[in-house]
Amino acid sequence: MKTYRAHLMLCAGTGCVSNNSFRIKESLEKEIKKHSLQDEILVVMTGCNGFCAVGPIMVVKPDGIFYQNLTEEDIPYLVEEHFLKGRPVQKLMYFPPKEKEVIPKMMDIGFFAHQTLIALKNRGLIDPEKIDEYIARDGYRALAKALTSMTPEQVIKEIKDSGLRGRGGAGFPTGLKWEFCRKSPGDEKYIICNADEGDPGAFMDRSIIESDPHLVLEGMIIGAYGIGANQGYVYIRNEYPLAMKRLEIAINQARQYGLLGENIFESGFNFDIRIQKGAGAFVCGEETSLIASIEGKPPEPRQRPPFPAQSGVWGKPTNINNVETWATVPTIIFKGAEWFSAIGTEKSKGTKVFSLVGKINNTGLVEVPMGITLREIIYDIGDGIPGGKKFKAVQTGGPSGGCIPAELIDLPVDYEQLTKVGSIMGSGGMIVMDEDTCVVDIARYFIKFTNDESCGKCSSCREGSEALLEILNRICNGEGEEGDIILLEELGKAIKDASLCGLGQTLPNPVLSTLQYFKNEYEAHIKEKKCPAGVCKALIQYFVDKEKCNGCLLCVKSCPQNAITGQKKEPQTIDQDKCIKCNMCYEVCKFNAIQKR
Amino acid sequence: MPKIKIEDLDRISEEIRKATLLREGAGRAKITVHMGTCGISAGAREIMNTLLVEIEKRDIKDIILATSGCAGLCSKEPMATVELKGKAPVKYIELTPEKIRKILLEHVLGGKIVKEYVLAIGSERIS
Repeated sequence: MKTYRAHLMLCAGTGCVSNNSFRIKESLEKEIKKHSLQDEILVVMTGCNGFCAVGPIMVVKPDGIFYQNLTEEDIPYLVEEHFLKGRPVQKLMYFPPKEKEVIPKMMDIGFFAHQTLIALKNRGLIDPEKIDEYIARDGYRALAKALTSMTPEQVIKEIKDSGLRGRGGAGFPTGLKWEFCRKSPGDEKYIICNADEGDPGAFMDRSIIESDPHLVLEGMIIGAYGIGANQGYVYIRNEYPLAMKRLEIAINQARQYGLLGENIFESGFNFDIRIQKGAGAFVCGEETSLIASIEGKPPEPRQRPPFPAQSGVWGKPTNINNVETWATVPTIIFKGAEWFSAIGTEKSKGTKVFSLVGKINNTGLVEVPMGITLREIIYDIGDGIPGGKKFKAVQTGGPSGGCIPAELIDLPVDYEQLTKVGSIMGSGGMIVMDEDTCVVDIARYFIKFTNDESCGKCSSCREGSEALLEILNRICNGEGEEGDIILLEELGKAIKDASLCGLGQTLPNPVLSTLQYFKNEYEAHIKEKKCPAGVCKALIQYFVDKEKCNGCLLCVKSCPQNAITGQKKEPQTIDQDKCIKCNMCYEVCKFNAIQKR
Repeated sequence: MPKIKIEDLDRISEEIRKATLLREGAGRAKITVHMGTCGISAGAREIMNTLLVEIEKRDIKDIILATSGCAGLCSKEPMATVELKGKAPVKYIELTPEKIRKILLEHVLGGKIVKEYVLAIGSERIS
């Protein structure tokens, strides 16, 4: 590889790509050539940088200057100023909302400074399509260590000792899971990487694969050696084309180097990996459905036992872990169980990747040590709630998880604590809500999702979610009745008890947890026919506050129904019969004169 | 791409790290060539090119090359600043390819400041 004086690490994760980072690359290379800098400056396309809120992102190495929100038009000026004349461009740097000055360097930005990276250790630092760059960051050394100096039993012991637990949601100890599969009788065994990430707002697995596919492969090869499997599958959503492409490239490179295939590192161990494209069903995240889908059958869960460790793909012992779990394995083997278990809390070791979304300033992908508080994630890393609004709640664990209210913001995040407050760790989605979010509406949204995605096998899940949705729809439409709350609770518990798989067993969680913490909001909807957050259209009306309105007519211009009338410089009036509650006037008013009641 | 052995991991790493070390921002020394308009017109590009060629030719791994704007002393351009890890920065003036080559060998690699080309040791304070 040639020596350059600067590498421009341009983010090519899905978020930045959809904001044109490939075009920005072309533009950069064109301008660099124009100034004859092509032998001095290299543009490197990396995986997801994590700070998706401000993409497209580019980090200049070695200086560590962080550029954000780039457009093609910025590039000629940027190249001439920074790369020719050596003057970093302030207007393209990160500008924290509450500060007066920009923060030029990536590591000084709070979003990055508070993170601990294991599964994301190479993000933004390597080109995910080049195996050599992965190797240069200690890649495949854990595999070399495992194959040359450890027995399969020792590999499993190391993972057990590390305290690693499944990052897909349930948090089952990974080493123990491997051991079950290893001890299962049979010569033919399989391992699976579950990349069927389906929670709304979650993109941890996609980003790990996009930014560091070899890390996942290395984890799988080590796991296969420990378990005694010779064939692996990566079950990945068809909706992740970029991740799939990078994974295909990585698998081909690993095969060419002999890291997949026969006699890996001359150890006598054989292993190969196939990509299995998902057919787009949420339920495939559940392991028995996923196995059925790999076998070409309809994705429906089945009774356990037998567990996949006894009878999985094609009836053979099978071990399934999610992407993040596999991606954590190489570092544990390389640095040792003791190093890993020093991070985290008593029962939850290591780090967890979260996708931080919703009403939060710094939307993005973060990796933090277990035991960090919600406050640190939301305020120190996420930089709080936009527009000076109040933090109301956070949903962890997606549709299977629960809603954690603002008063629990100092809760340390680990498996036990989240379960204790009625939520789950889940795969790592974190949806932040502000005071303008209606929890009944949120519960309805998640039930609508799981109702759509229920495979239909169990009537408790299929019909139960339908019934839940119907009640929630009624409540949001102002037709809630006395007794609905008790019905929701009873129905929720029944669905949990009677459903076969995780989807059904957890689907009532968003309803039950919002009922636990925000029962008064449900009551306001049902008894007073009011939506305190001002979201449910049937329960609110828009009014003009005559004191605050100065008659600027901005709302009049924005109203698609011509429902607002009045003289210029005089307070306006909204015709309730014409108003369709589209919220436009509320959004455009600069004087807070539009009110929802 | 042929199959690799475990020993090859070291070889590949070493080869790639030469080029990617700068991403870690942890060089033993940093050479900043001042590239304001004045610097460029006085020949700063040639200084930079010389450095790039020499570094590649001599297979030097842990040196960071950077550019910066005008250092304020336009009449003495081209200029460069050499910072060895843990030492005060040293500013050199009126550079030519021969001079920068000598600085690279004697100061950056040898640790001995080339006094005859030096403007000053240390840096102005920013309040």
